[in-house]
Formats: sequence, structure tokens, C-alpha cells
Amino acid sequence: MAGTDAKVAFRNVSKSYGAIEVVHDVSFELNEGDFVSLVGPSGCGKTTMMNMLAGFTQPTGGAVLLEGEPVAGPGPDRGVIFQEYGVFPWLTVENNIRFGLNLAVRRDIKKDEKSAIVEKYLALMRLQEFRNAWPKNLSGGMRQRLALARAYAANPHFLLMDEPFGALDAQTRADMHDLLLGIMQAERKTALLITHSVDEAIYLSNRVLVISARPSRIVDDVHIPFPFPRTRDLLDDKEFIALRRRMRDLVMKQYADQLALR
Amino acid sequence: MSRLADALWRLAPFACVVALWYGVKWSGIFSPGLLPAPHEVAIALFERLRYNNFLIDIWLSVQRVLLGLLFGMICAVPVGFLIGWNRRLRRFVDPLINFFRALPPIALIPLVIVYLGIGEIAKVAILFYAAFFAAVIVMYEGMSQISPIYIKVSRTLGATDFEIFTKVIVPLTLPHVLTAARVALGVAWATLVASELVAAQNGIGAVIQNASAFFNLPVIYAGIITIGFFALLMDTLLRAASRRLLSWQDSVEH
Repeated sequence: MAGTDAKVAFRNVSKSYGAIEVVHDVSFELNEGDFVSLVGPSGCGKTTMMNMLAGFTQPTGGAVLLEGEPVAGPGPDRGVIFQEYGVFPWLTVENNIRFGLNLAVRRDIKKDEKSAIVEKYLALMRLQEFRNAWPKNLSGGMRQRLALARAYAANPHFLLMDEPFGALDAQTRADMHDLLLGIMQAERKTALLITHSVDEAIYLSNRVLVISARPSRIVDDVHIPFPFPRTRDLLDDKEFIALRRRMRDLVMKQYADQLALR
Repeated sequence: MSRLADALWRLAPFACVVALWYGVKWSGIFSPGLLPAPHEVAIALFERLRYNNFLIDIWLSVQRVLLGLLFGMICAVPVGFLIGWNRRLRRFVDPLINFFRALPPIALIPLVIVYLGIGEIAKVAILFYAAFFAAVIVMYEGMSQISPIYIKVSRTLGATDFEIFTKVIVPLTLPHVLTAARVALGVAWATLVASELVAAQNGIGAVIQNASAFFNLPVIYAGIITIGFFALLMDTLLRAASRRLLSWQDSVEH
């Protein structure tokens, strides 16, 4: 076990739903500023791991520690991005971003300060023109940009993303990757990303954990050596391609195991 | 200009019905005494308004419908809300609610007379019954479809339970309240004539029944058309309110 200064620590975490064990004895840590991805077959329990850190569900064995304390429930220190966006349809783009700032937990922030925060993330996520639009009129990519702006406006310490780009087309996805890298460069958060895509995981992360078929175990913990800031040129880099090949093989093997489970 | 065209387009179907009506009248399918012409009905309506205080009957009926709707909604919103959120409670009361809803209000009239007499309360009670059961089902079916993701998101932004209620659940409930009100309004108008069977003295339903006793077909038609007119008018108002309040929703067109 590494030092106690880890921001997030999974300590021998297990989770069962009735007789079905979805997570089995998982231990890993996130340090300040880490961007860690979990890749593995669908249905393998990755989302359950994130839900335990988000505080939506509790482990049945072991502990999920947040700055040394067991996670008690959801909180504004952990922003969550869902695949289905979760943008509030009854609020305009601007008011979606403002939502978290208008809650009682933020009453110490002054009004013009709140407006400045909203403006900042409208700009960073290129949504200024759509500030008064309803979410129903936004594309999938724009909705996810809005969800990201809303999460950032609440100034969380951690960013938890559950297949955030899974519903987007390839081009929008690539665009979102660079937007995410950009906003992470401007304001580093300690991040956990769940994804199916090995490319996405390597491109965005400084560490990738490969997760086994159900019940989830950590099969491999891969350090991604490429420095930040990253650009799309990295995707053509020889070392990137070699790493991707090695990890794809490993992930494919987990998929095969998961299929055998069914 | 396009607004005028739009308004005309909306009135066109009614013009078609009137034309069809004249067509049937002049074709001689019905003997002349059994089918009044539209202009005869218009004259009967005008005379009712002019000499028989028909406006008072209309006002009484509108009042009964609105009171039945109001009390029905006041009860249906919180009850539907609770049932919608609590799956076990829902399984428990669902058969009961469907049973009571399936009873035609007209079949309850003898009981209503026994327990509530023949006054205004009895009439409003029947409309309340009809409005409540129609609205409560719309409410709880709508509530149970609300996606939990918005609640999850607001928790991760730091919302308290009270804030989740006022800032997330209330706006998500509003569309269902408005739909429930529209459904209940329609049912209340449909039940009006039945409710005014209770010692019919006044109201549009009473006018129709009295006219029926004298075989006064133009007045019967005039009464029916008046009910349709006010039901449509109120529905149009509610729909306009929905459009304004729910412009964020995908499905609000018309």
C-alpha cells in the first residue's frame, strides 16, 4: 500500500447484489491530479466501482476512502458525468450551469462571482451562443459539453465520468477528447474515467486499469508515459500504437472471458 | 395574414360539419321533425340566451365543472405524487383506483342522493369523483416515469433533499399536473349531464333534459353544442398554458 496521502483509495473493495458478485477484492489508489481510466468488458462492474466512489451505493466488503475517510454519500466534491448527460431539460443552457451555484452549499459565493463562473464555462465549452437555448435543441456533443460545464462550475475536486462519450459519433468524440484535455489543462481535477475505448483511455489518462470480466478484478495497471499537453499527433506516435496494440489484446481477452460467462 | 389563415384553418372543420349537417337535413334521410337545421338550432340558442336566462345555466355548469376539477386536482396531485414515488404503495392501491375509476359516475347517483342529498354538493361531488380518478392515474403514471438521473446529478452538485424537491421534482411534475388537469377537465365535462340528473333544476344538463321531456330538439342540440364549446374553450386555454409553461419539453407542439 502506498502512502496515506492518496486522494482516493479502494481497499479490498467487493460488491455483491444478492448472490452475484460484481466487484471482487479491488484495491487501487488515485493521487492528486491523476487521470485514471478503467477499461473492461461491458457489464463487468466498472460502473459499480464508480458508483461506490460517487456515493450512490456502498461496498459490501472493504472500503472506498476519500481523503482517508469512507465515502458516506454523494457530494459536491465529486462531479459526475453520465453517458446519458443528465442535463436538466427544464432549464436553459445558462441556468443548467448556474444550477449548482444557486444551491445552499454555495451561498458564500457572491452573485457577480457566480455570473463570472457561468460565463467562464460557457466560453470554455463554446456554448455562449446557446446560453438561452433549451437542451432539447442541443446535439449530443453539446449536451455533454453542457454537463461538463455544469460539473466544473460546481468546482469539484474529483471528476467521475461513466462512459461520457459513448453515445457520440467518432468526430464529436474526438472533439470532446480535446475539449476535456483543454479544460483539464486549465483546471486539473483528479479524474476517474470509465470507457470501452482503449484509444480514449490511453489518449486521456496517465494511468489505465484493465478490468476483468465479472466479478471485476484489476488485471493490469498501465502507466501511460506521454506528457501533457497532448495533441492528436500522439495517435500516430509509434510508442502510442505499440501500447494500444498491447492493451487491446489484453482487453479483448477480458471480453472473451465475459462472453464465456453468459 | 398568416394568423388569420391559421384561425380560418382551425374553424374550417366546424364549417364542414355544418355543411354536412345541412346536406343530411336536405337529403331527406330523416323526417324533418327529427333533425333541426343548424340555423334553427342557432335561433333556439339565441332565444334561450335572450329570454330563458341560459347564461345563468351556463355559469352554474361551468362553476360545477371548475369546482369538481379544482377539488379533484387538489387531492389528485399529492395522492398521485405519493403513489408515483412509492412502488409498494402503488402496487397496493393500483387495483383499487382502477376499480373506482371504472365505475360510471351515473351509477353512483342513487348513492350520492342518499348520502349527500340533491343540492349543489351532490353535483360537485360527482364531478369531483370523476375528475379525481382520471387525474390521479395520469399523475402517478407520469411520476413513475421520471428518470432518477436528475436526482442523482443534483445530489452530486450538493443539493439537499428540500432543494431536490423544489428545484428538480416540482419542475418535472408540472407537465404531469397539466396533463392530468386536461384529462380531468374532459372527464368532468363528460360527466356534467349525469351530475345534473340529480334533481335537475338548472345548468346546461338540466336544460337538455327538460327539453328532452318536451321533445324540443333544437334546444337539445343547442345545449350539447354549448357543452362542446365550453369544453373545447377550457381545453384550449389549458393547452395554451401548457405551451407557455412547458416550452422546454420535446413533445409540446400543436
